[in-house]
This record gives sequence, structure tokens and C-alpha cells, in this order.
Amino acid sequence: MSEPALEARGLTLVYGSGETAVRALDGVDFQANAGEIQALMGPSGSGKTTLLMILGCLLHPTVGEVRVEGRLVAGLSNPALARLRLQRMGFIFQSYNLFPALTAEENIQVALELKGHDLAEAPALLELVRLGGRLHNFPRQLSGGEKQRVAIARALAGDPPILLADEPTAALDSINGRAVVKLLAQLAHEQGRAVVVVTHDPRVGDLADRIVHIEDGRIQC
Amino acid sequence: MKRGQAYRWGMGMAGLLAWRNLAHDRSRFVVTLVGISFAVVLIAMQLGLFLGFSDSATNVIRHTRADFWVVPKGSRNFEITMPLNERELYLARSVPGVAHAEALLVQFAIWKKPGGGDESVLLVGSDLNTGLAGPWDIVAGHLEDLRRPDTVMIDRLFAETLGVGALGTTVEIRGQRARVVGFTQGIRSFTTNPWVFASYRTAQHLTQFAESETNYVIGTFEPGADPLRVRDALARILPRTDVNLSEQFAARTRDYWMFATGAGASVLVSAVLGLLVGMVIVAQVLYATTVDHLPEFGTLRAMGAPRAFIYKVILSQAVISATLGHLPGITVSLLLAKASESGAALVLVPPSLAIGLFGVTLAMCVLASVISIRKAMDIDPAMVFQR
Repeated sequence: MSEPALEARGLTLVYGSGETAVRALDGVDFQANAGEIQALMGPSGSGKTTLLMILGCLLHPTVGEVRVEGRLVAGLSNPALARLRLQRMGFIFQSYNLFPALTAEENIQVALELKGHDLAEAPALLELVRLGGRLHNFPRQLSGGEKQRVAIARALAGDPPILLADEPTAALDSINGRAVVKLLAQLAHEQGRAVVVVTHDPRVGDLADRIVHIEDGRIQC
Repeated sequence: MKRGQAYRWGMGMAGLLAWRNLAHDRSRFVVTLVGISFAVVLIAMQLGLFLGFSDSATNVIRHTRADFWVVPKGSRNFEITMPLNERELYLARSVPGVAHAEALLVQFAIWKKPGGGDESVLLVGSDLNTGLAGPWDIVAGHLEDLRRPDTVMIDRLFAETLGVGALGTTVEIRGQRARVVGFTQGIRSFTTNPWVFASYRTAQHLTQFAESETNYVIGTFEPGADPLRVRDALARILPRTDVNLSEQFAARTRDYWMFATGAGASVLVSAVLGLLVGMVIVAQVLYATTVDHLPEFGTLRAMGAPRAFIYKVILSQAVISATLGHLPGITVSLLLAKASESGAALVLVPPSLAIGLFGVTLAMCVLASVISIRKAMDIDPAMVFQR
């Protein structure tokens, strides 16, 4: 059996110290496999996004270890972690985080250039998210759903095996939200990526291969 | 700017992002460019004035064709000097390697205007036969006209100041009558006292200088003579004088006016202040632009963009701002320099200064962007999940 795309063991994250210490995560184990979409669900402040940040190598746990495609990330320098994120992961954010001064095509080309890929791949990526006709539109000229699809196309630049999405449907209406969820599931099931989605959206849960509930920093069985 | 152009200029996506970040907020971008242009004009004017003053301080020396200058001991500049015994002239002529030597007279004098009123002028008397010294850039009259007794030439820039409306005007210098027979164009003095050119005999007569005295001995070396050896030989035979090569005396005069009097230093201080003001303006604007785009830098860092990419974006913003800010700034400076040609204070903006100022503007913008780089690099990439 192949290595899991992402694996976390005994993750604990404590903010502050002494009486004011807050345990954001408490002994979390997690695994994400290629070809699967997983939903991280739970109430606000439960630790979902914190877990996503640790899985995305953006935050160091107080205790525990994370492996990306079998490689232990503890002890890697910040530039090495940045390279790992750049080459192996794609990020999708709740607020899209597109560059407002660049067109849809150029937003994707930034990621392609960073990953050392051919900039000419951008139109095909936009075509994949069914925005082939919006190459030269700026984010302000796109609807919320279109912006999120551009963000997904950007996350796909460089063909990363892992996609991490933080509340990707929170700012979208039901039609656009459903389209984004279907797209994420398709990217997992048809393209073999490991997709982890932090969400409150039950539609994600419906299409997810696995739902992980978190509450008070602990995974609920 | 189309993306294709950005690529042709080798800017890549970092350059494109920098350009678009700047151009996205047009009013702020215009303020940036105005700020940089203002700094460029400020620095160009101050340095141009410095060069103009420097040029004015030495123009008569530089326009003589003399190889050496024998000056009274301790003379620190061309304009203010003590008498020199004419005997020094004959001694100079006797030194091996000296091809020719002649006397030059330079004296402050009071010029009485035809319509009333006095002006202090600098009278220069030279030997018209050799043409080693004397007026240049003559735009009215002829050098030969100065051979007639008690005739002088002045510069057009000072004609109104000296009350001279046309050639032939009769004036009074130190109580002696003199006639204006020619105009030069663009010969200024550092002291702002107008130069008045005359033949040596006329100058001697107008200033009532003793025949046995003069101010300078100037001359040329024989072809093939070693300038330094002949200069040293002159110094040995003329111990009560200082002997300078032409460029040495020009440098001595320039250093006196520009630095010993503090006039040049104050202009340079103004130029440095212009640089500082420019840096503050640029730093503020680039900082504000960076702060506005912090979430985007956060996104880049979260995606795993290397630091070099973010440096490149911010430095490209600085380079674009410097380039586009320098162009209007230097254009205005060149126009102002052109306009100064008809005024008493010359502003010189030669190509070397215009190009050098581009380097200064670039350095100013890049230095100003350092604070922005620090701000962008201090972002926690995890912030993108916390919005």
C-alpha cells in the first residue's frame, strides 16, 4: 500500500502558557490519501483551520509529527517548508485571495512561474474549471463562484498531489457552492489528488469520502 | 503595459505584478511619480547650480590658452589678487622650456553707468596680439575693436545691469572714459560682478596700475617640454610667487569659491536634503503600496513563494517608480537649465549629470523600498487563513 499523502500523529498545539494557555489541538491523528476528499467539520473555534495550517506546513505543532508523502517535516527549514508547499500542495482560501491587479490567466501564471512550469498551461487550467472564456477578466469582473474557480485553477498549477481548502464555499451561493464542491470531489476522484476541505457546508460532507469532526481540538469518533 | 512587454523587458511575473500593483491605484501612482520627479528636480537644480557656479568660477582661466600661471604668493583665487612685479615676467621668459610669457591684469573697478549709479566690475586686460587670454563667444563687435584706446567689451547678460543699451555707449571706469565696442554671450562670474574685457594697455590705463606691476604672468611651454619640470624650474626662479599649471589654478580657484567660502557646500547640502526629501516621499509611497498589498504577499508566502520572488516584486516597484519618475523630473530640469542660460545664475545639467541622477534616483527608490521589504517579509503566511 502506498504512503498516505498527508499523515499526522498526536498533534497538539498550545497557545500561550500557564493559566492562560489554550489547547487548540489535543492529540489529533489524521490521514489523507490520494484519490480521496475529506471534510474537516466542526463548530467555529474547534481547531479545523489550525489543523489545516499544520497539515499545510504553515504552523508548527507543540507536540506531534506531520509527514507529507511519507517525509517527516519536523526539522525542515522555513525555505524547505516553502518549497514543499510550493511543489506538493495547492491552497484554496475562503476569500479567494486572488491578485486583484492581475487577470484570471495572470493569477494562474504567477503560480506556474513560481513552480517552474510553462505559463502557457494557464488557459488549459482555466478550461478545466470551465472558465476558458474568462482568461482576460480581472477578479473584480468575476462573480464569487468564478473567483473561487480561478483560485482552484491556481491551486492546480504545477499539478500538486495535495489540495488544502479552507471554507471554499462559505462566500458562495448554493448553486456556485455546489459547483465548487463537485469540482473538488472530481479533482480527488478523477485526478487522484488528496483533497482536504475545512467546511461547515453539508454539501461537502455529502460528497466527501470521509468526514472528520473536530470539537475542542479533538477528533470526535 | 501588456504582459508581453513585461516579458521582453525580462521582468517576469514578479515585474508584471509590481507594475500592476503600482498602476492599479492610478492616483497614488501619480503621487508617487510626482514625488520622485520633485526630488529629481530638486537634486538636479542644486547639483546643476553647483556645476554652474563651478563653471562660472573658472571660466576665464579655462578659456585662456596658457599652460602655466605665475600668481602672487598665497593667491587662492583668480578674482582677488595682489600685485606682481613685472620683473617676474622677464624672469619667467628666461626659464628653459618656456615658449612664451605675458602679463595679465585683473582688477575690481567701479563702473559708472551712463544713466547714473555705480557697479563693481572685474576688469581683465590681456595682450591682444597673442590671443592667449581675452574675451570669447563674441556676439557683437570684433576682438580687433579692442585695439583702439579705452575700449571695452562686456557680456550681454550684464548689459542692462551696466546701463549699456547698444554698442558705442560711453561709460566711466575709475573716473576714466571708456567705450563699449563689443558684447560676449554667457560669460558669468562666480562673484556676480560682470567681467569687462580690454587690451592690456587700456586696462592698465583705466585702473591706473603702475607700469612696473601686473597681477599674473601666464605663458606656454615649448613643444615637448615636461610641464612639471618647467613648472618647478619657474618656481625656483620665482620664489615670491606660486607657479601653477592651468588646471591647478582653475582647481584652486574653484575650491576657494565652492568650499572655502561655504557657497558650494551649502548648495551640496541642499542637494543632499533634496535626496533625503525624495527618499522620504518614495519610502512613504512604496511602504503604503506594500501595506495595501500585504494580503497578497501573505498569499504568496502561504503558496510557498521564495523570498527572492517577493524581493523582486518590491524592488521592481522601486525600479519602475524610479524610471518613470526620473523621466519627467529630468525633462523639467533640462528645461529649467535651458532657461537659466539667459539669467545671471547658470544651472548646468550635462548628460553625465542626467544619467548619474538616474542612478541616484534608482538607489533612492531601492533604499526606500527596504522598509517595505521588511514589512512584507514579516507577514505570517498563516494570516491568509485567519481573514
